[in-house]
Amino acid sequence: MELSFLADTMGKLLAGVPLTLNLSFLSIALGACLAVVLALLRAGFAPAAWLVRFYVYVLRGTPLLLQLFLIYYGVGQFAWIRESVLWPFLREPYWCAILALSLNTAAYGSEIIRGGLQSVPSGAIEAARVSGMSGALLYRRIVLPLAIRQALPAYGNEIISMVKATSLASIVTLMEVSGISYAIISETYRALEVFLCAGVIYLLINFLLTRAIAWLEYRLNPHLRAQRTSAKPIGQIA
Amino acid sequence: MTSAVQLTELRKSFGALEVLKGVSLDAATGEVISIIGASGSGKSTLLRCIPLLEVPDSGKIAIGGEALRMRKRRDGRQEPADRRQVNRIRSELGFVFQSFNLWAHMTVLQNVIEAPVHVQKRSRAEAVAEGEAILEKVGMADKRDAYPAHLSGGQQQRAAIARALAMRPQALLFDEPTSALDPELVGEVLRVIRGLAEEGRTMLIVTHEMAFAADVSTRAIFLHGGQIEEQGPPAQVFREPTTERCRQFVTRHLNRGA
Repeated sequence: MELSFLADTMGKLLAGVPLTLNLSFLSIALGACLAVVLALLRAGFAPAAWLVRFYVYVLRGTPLLLQLFLIYYGVGQFAWIRESVLWPFLREPYWCAILALSLNTAAYGSEIIRGGLQSVPSGAIEAARVSGMSGALLYRRIVLPLAIRQALPAYGNEIISMVKATSLASIVTLMEVSGISYAIISETYRALEVFLCAGVIYLLINFLLTRAIAWLEYRLNPHLRAQRTSAKPIGQIA
Repeated sequence: MTSAVQLTELRKSFGALEVLKGVSLDAATGEVISIIGASGSGKSTLLRCIPLLEVPDSGKIAIGGEALRMRKRRDGRQEPADRRQVNRIRSELGFVFQSFNLWAHMTVLQNVIEAPVHVQKRSRAEAVAEGEAILEKVGMADKRDAYPAHLSGGQQQRAAIARALAMRPQALLFDEPTSALDPELVGEVLRVIRGLAEEGRTMLIVTHEMAFAADVSTRAIFLHGGQIEEQGPPAQVFREPTTERCRQFVTRHLNRGA
């Protein structure tokens, strides 16, 4: 392995980091919003709940790669889509990737949030109702804050999976970190060095993300932190 | 005297089990009513019907003279006709649960000002000032920034009482407020409740603390099998009950408490 090649490769790959981050953050953000909506529908009336279950079943039960192909190659087959206002977006590989990633993570995310919603103590909800809260206010002030705190550790996993899943976007011509890797390898045939460099970049991104999620968890959960000499919650050793 | 809480012929069934079999109760402003009875007698259900945590199958509820509007469902039971009225009436009552039910993600002070700010739309500054005064009164001023998980049961219950008081309630409803507490913590909560009784607040207390109930209440109600079996001044109900069931119940519990 030569150092100069590694450095050169690293430089080229770093140029793909903005797109990798862009794909990650946008799809995670859109997916999370959709996940909350799906989780609330899933907890609601029967027809909507069944539709959400079906959606989650399909999106979790098929490979993300296949979903991406279906969107990228599939939607252009329909004339009514080509003629719709969405076409300027859907013909772009970037938006196809965002769509596939968001829809996929929303399915996983909704199940994580559903678990969080179920963990909200009924007594906390009853206390809110008896104080005159209902509907959106009850969810905004009491239910979702408690559910999201509960769901955060599992959602952290999902966020990290999503960063890695953006590498699939290279299949639809996007030159993010993995896309650039393939391009360099096809020129140089030096797969080992290039993939090592790409791996280091993903590790670094996910290291920073893990720290950010841990920080968020810490900030959101002062009520779970041990106080001075009192007993520590399970798993909290430091 | 005006009536703070008026219940007329409340009936409530859970499945085939009829828990309330036509209970009427008129609590005048300033009255402290203790509700006693064996478990399963319907006393908690009765209390929970007042803010519609349980919806009675039939019967009327009025708070401060305002009747809760109900409508008939197809199965013959009734349901609240106006959710907004329910929320408003609920915000005019204070309810204290057996298991505190504080909101775990908020500090004590945040718990106390939550409904005044977000339901009653009072200014935050005003709610904080009033909340701090109330916490002072229940002896929790030094714990205003603590989270419920870091408090003892007695402290949590005093914080929950402060949360109920912050609503400026027309009546306070206590559902076995000391039943979940370690014996040595019962006293501090009872002292707070006693203080509120002495202020002349309207209170309904479901409790197993017979000696306390005999002491603070202006009227006692003994429920049996979903009906009021005996009621009257505490001196009568606790010392010289006229019904045999009440006499047995009171004797058993007063002796155990001694």
